[in-house]
Amino acid sequence: MSATDRSTFVYVIFIRTTPERLWAALTDPKFVRQYWFDMTVECAWTKGSPWRLVGADGSLTDTGEILEVDPPRRMVIRWLNEWKPELKAEGPSRCTIQLEPVDAAVKLTITHEIDRRESRFITAVSGGWPRILSNLKSLLETGAIATTSHPGH
Amino acid sequence: MDLLFKALADPGRRTLLDRLHANDGQTLGELCRHLDMTRQGVTQHLAVLEAANLVAVQRRGREKLHFLNPVPLQDIYERWICKFERPRLVALRDLKRRLEDGGRGATRTKGGKR
Repeated sequence: MSATDRSTFVYVIFIRTTPERLWAALTDPKFVRQYWFDMTVECAWTKGSPWRLVGADGSLTDTGEILEVDPPRRMVIRWLNEWKPELKAEGPSRCTIQLEPVDAAVKLTITHEIDRRESRFITAVSGGWPRILSNLKSLLETGAIATTSHPGH
Repeated sequence: MDLLFKALADPGRRTLLDRLHANDGQTLGELCRHLDMTRQGVTQHLAVLEAANLVAVQRRGREKLHFLNPVPLQDIYERWICKFERPRLVALRDLKRRLEDGGRGATRTKGGKR
């Protein structure tokens, strides 16, 4: 499949921390809630285990499965929107999370892609990722988050 | 931040970002196709954009694809826009509240917090 049959967004951020601390920040539900607009992540973080994102009001927003996991380096999540029927209809996306140590920091690369052109789902998540990552960076480096508002609120 | 503003301070590099925004994940050849720049010039501009973390490069087989990374732009928003805009937004909200309370009493809250 050529790249043009896909919609892909790539996000890169450098965070002054260790891969182990960053991995914990990505997988510990209590920590995730602090930088991910009050969302709770439910997952055992082993290959094949179900993955779920639950909103602050208890509603299920996204579901999926862990396709690959290699702590503290890489994970791939099969990710399906459950929140809006038109986004769910696009089918599952893939989110690859990669951690690479660079000097005294970790380069975090998030690649979110779906096998269709001009995906509305990928556009919808594109508003959220930069803020989530910015919050995550502030939290790990300074202990406080920068923004609290969810996109679209 | 210095690398970021330096990267944004060139019209050619801003054009490259616009091209990636319109069509993300392009090869060097694709980026060169519609631009009035030499291949070498585009390569140099991409290196500056990559150093500023505005462009992320991913390998797909033999191809090297360039993606726009919006995360540093979010940093600019938070540091240079959001912070300066907030007092005005708060002032506007207070004005609205005062006008609505003054005109109709304190019972109307339409358009208030969300």
